[in-house]
Amino acid sequence: MNVFGFKISPSSAIDMDKVDRARFEELCRVEPDAVRCMACGSCSATCPASAFSGMSIRKVLLMLQRGKEKDAFRMMRNCMLCGKCTMVCPRGINTRHLILSICRIYDDKEGKQ
Amino acid sequence: MIYQGKKKIWSDYQKEIPDDHWYYVRSCIRQNFFPASEKMFLEICRDVLGKDIYENEHHTTCGGIAYHCDTIPQETAMTIVARQFALMTEAGYKNYVASCITSFGNYSEILETWREFPELETKIREMLWKACRKEFNKPEYLAHSSDLIYKFRNEIAEKARFHLINKDTGEPLRVVEHIGCHYSKMFPSKGVGGAEYPYVLTGMVESWGGNVIDYPERRHCCGYGFRQYHVKANRGYSIANTHKKFESMEPYKPDMIITNCPGCPYFLDRWQYVIAEMEGKTYGQNGYGIPVFTYEEVAGLVLGYDPWDLGLQLHQVAVEPLLDKIGIEYDPASKYLGTNRKDIMRPELPANLKCH
Repeated sequence: MNVFGFKISPSSAIDMDKVDRARFEELCRVEPDAVRCMACGSCSATCPASAFSGMSIRKVLLMLQRGKEKDAFRMMRNCMLCGKCTMVCPRGINTRHLILSICRIYDDKEGKQ
Repeated sequence: MIYQGKKKIWSDYQKEIPDDHWYYVRSCIRQNFFPASEKMFLEICRDVLGKDIYENEHHTTCGGIAYHCDTIPQETAMTIVARQFALMTEAGYKNYVASCITSFGNYSEILETWREFPELETKIREMLWKACRKEFNKPEYLAHSSDLIYKFRNEIAEKARFHLINKDTGEPLRVVEHIGCHYSKMFPSKGVGGAEYPYVLTGMVESWGGNVIDYPERRHCCGYGFRQYHVKANRGYSIANTHKKFESMEPYKPDMIITNCPGCPYFLDRWQYVIAEMEGKTYGQNGYGIPVFTYEEVAGLVLGYDPWDLGLQLHQVAVEPLLDKIGIEYDPASKYLGTNRKDIMRPELPANLKCH
């Protein structure tokens, strides 16, 4: 029995050698814009869903790069496809199209979550 | 890393350490955790090496713990430190040696801040004068007490009764050296050997016959991290750091750990018990832990002091298997007899970590 009142925090380290990046590479082939993002956060700042759901396309891209696909897909379900992020992106990325491509590629492989 | 490369880095970071005449300041917490370490440092310097080390009972904390826990601003810590310097000046010393790594880091940071912002130093001088009518000179040399033991490591080796060698096999002991983060991670030029591969403990271990082992998380924090431990809600992070270090060093089968910081030996020692209780895992051989020592305790052991006079009975992890390995004789019956052979009582033994 743990009598200490705390426990060993699980490690958040990501072993990239164990991450399967096949789907991310497929996404990059379909949407070369996926790697043009400079993570400025303008999309997240404008997102009307982020305030109440934590939605952030910047975080989604980071999670996909790190192989945390389930977490990314869970976050993606909060997107309302309003397109405000597309209007503010300084790199001119069509984020709305990118989101739809992510849904198509990862949804097929992961199944309905 | 290639050994020659390390030698090159070490030669770039060699600091001047004066031979004699030091003003010594103790740590706030070391005497509770490892009660004989500071006494042993003074005894080795004064009686074994014949050096002039002066300490004054009027000195206080350096404010480092409160500063790193964000409970006092740096100006307050600076005024406390200015008072310590005033005591040194009154005693007529110019070389300042701190027992604590965080104090050493705190003094280095403050002296560097005053060098960058002289107006702040003027302000602190005013504040010190208003508070206690004292004036101070800045120390000409600032060192950590492990720097001094490092400097005299070969003299200690010449007088050594024991070496860090397994008496049965004749092989050097496999030693993990752990440097306190505030020693040279903030100011690499202030530490012997720089920040990435500090040489201060490695030099001691090599001189005394041991073999330092390299492992992936060698430079990782011990887990103390001030706010990580002091705030109970964060203690899971504290122990997770220590756990990560032990998982990393385990495959290299270390015989012992040597440290030069007040917090590191405490956390590396006590968290082994907590990890054993939480996960049932021990990192030493035959259900024991890996014994953790301060550098003064190791110096005392190689010089042939009685392990119980060095305070080794207050360690959580049993030190007896290592003493047997080196061939140091000890009396198990007097382990829990303190000064004047007064019974200091036996602690309750843990469930999963094997102890004596």
